[in-house]
Amino acid sequence: MILQMNSIQKSFGGLEVLKDISFHVDEGEVVSIIGPSGSGKSTLLRCATFLEKIDAGEIRYMDKAAVTTNEAGRAEYVSHSELAKVKNYFGLVFQNFNLFPHYSVLKNVMDAPVSVQKRPKEEVRQEAMELLRKMDLENRADAYPCQLSGGQQQRVAIARALALKPNILFFDEPTSALDPELTGEVLKVIRQLADEKMTMVVVTHEMPFARAVSSRVIFMDKGVIVEQGDPESLFGDTQEERTRQFLRNYQR
Amino acid sequence: MTFSTMLATMGEGMLRTCLIFFLTLLFSLPLGMVVMFLRRSRFTLVREITKIYIAIMRGTPLMLQLLMWYFGPYYLFGMSIRGYRFPAIIIGFAVNYSAYFAEIYRGGIESIPRGQYEAAEILGYSKAQTFFKIILPQVIKVILPSVTNEIITLVKDTSLAFTLAYNEMFSLAKQIAASQTSFTPFIIAGVFYFVANYAVAFVMERIEKALDYYH
Ligand SMILES: Nc1ncnc2c1ncn2[C@@H]1O[C@H](COP(=O)(O)OP(=O)(O)OP(=O)(O)O)[C@@H](O)[C@H]1O
Ligand SMILES: [Mg+2]
Repeated sequence: MILQMNSIQKSFGGLEVLKDISFHVDEGEVVSIIGPSGSGKSTLLRCATFLEKIDAGEIRYMDKAAVTTNEAGRAEYVSHSELAKVKNYFGLVFQNFNLFPHYSVLKNVMDAPVSVQKRPKEEVRQEAMELLRKMDLENRADAYPCQLSGGQQQRVAIARALALKPNILFFDEPTSALDPELTGEVLKVIRQLADEKMTMVVVTHEMPFARAVSSRVIFMDKGVIVEQGDPESLFGDTQEERTRQFLRNYQR
Repeated sequence: MTFSTMLATMGEGMLRTCLIFFLTLLFSLPLGMVVMFLRRSRFTLVREITKIYIAIMRGTPLMLQLLMWYFGPYYLFGMSIRGYRFPAIIIGFAVNYSAYFAEIYRGGIESIPRGQYEAAEILGYSKAQTFFKIILPQVIKVILPSVTNEIITLVKDTSLAFTLAYNEMFSLAKQIAASQTSFTPFIIAGVFYFVANYAVAFVMERIEKALDYYH
């Protein structure tokens, strides 16, 4: 098991955004998370990646506990240095890319492996070029993010995340900020990663993509997991009325 | 007095003016960074005190501040202020300009999107790496035009050192003009400030150009 999240609770002020969410991700799985706006999908990813702190619950990566809940029912994070180790297990691709604008494409991909993981520069450069080739961007290595289309920027962001060799990669609506004609090229590389058995969790509004690529689909609404299952049963043999309603809105 | 002796006398003043200028920048640019961090402190008390400090620095005449820095130690503590003229000028200028720079830095820092910090955090950068590698270079680009404005103001503000009877160029110009009943020193002074600011604008434009490779 790569990721395990148990009984996650998270509130913003008085607003309960995640209410007792539990799920896990096995190696090689591609899990899609779908659900209406405001249902807590982004918050769930942000909690999984420690950008937000959970109030209660348990988070484990590769059987290493990162967050546990004490007797008082409050979440307790492991020490800063332990957490830093756990952070090595995952990567995150943002909706709006968040590339570093002052770094070239190649430097965006290379910098973290070199200055964070302290790996040898030459080796990292070769791997980075290989990744860019995979993203069909090897001829844009010297470009700056502002010179790229949104789809190209997102592919650089994916290469940047992969360069750290994460065990699991999270995507938060990776194509939502893109023009419709550019979503395809990004979905294509994610699909390619799925074929290579990269473990991924993808929050998406692209239903055909979720159906085609996922090994499991999770439907979230109002801070709870309403239904989950393999894509054929979730889309083809929907159990919950709330899910059916949501999917109906996407038929058009 | 011939034109060349006039120029020679004023030339010495120009050196002093340049000294005030460069020392002020040398101290106020980094000091502004410190003030900015205090202004953004987690602690409300620190933040509020820094706010008041900045308000005073920006809300009272620099001329008055220079007088306070120079005469303050004598009137408040009865200390001897002999030989303290030049340090008082540099302290007055540096402390004043650091308040302006702090606010410029703060504007720059706050213009950097949260996503930059989050991306850096996910990639494992330390707090220091995030600041120096990711945030600061972008901040520098953003604040450059405002910093240029401030530096140009400083060139002209150096003349305020006359308040403490320091013989920088502008004071000398006035003295010579009065004793020689000549208008020429003012013209020389004007040309000097103009050329100095032209040089500042030139250098800053070069730096801006060098950072033009992204936006
Ligand atoms: N930092 C925050 N402070 C306060 N409220 C927040 C914060 N982040 C999210 N929320 C609230 O939490 C709820 C869930 O937000 P979240 O972004 O997780 O939804 P989502 O499922 O990702 O929606 P979308 O599909 O629109 O991206 C929303 O009501 C949102 O307003
Ligand atoms: Mg979201």
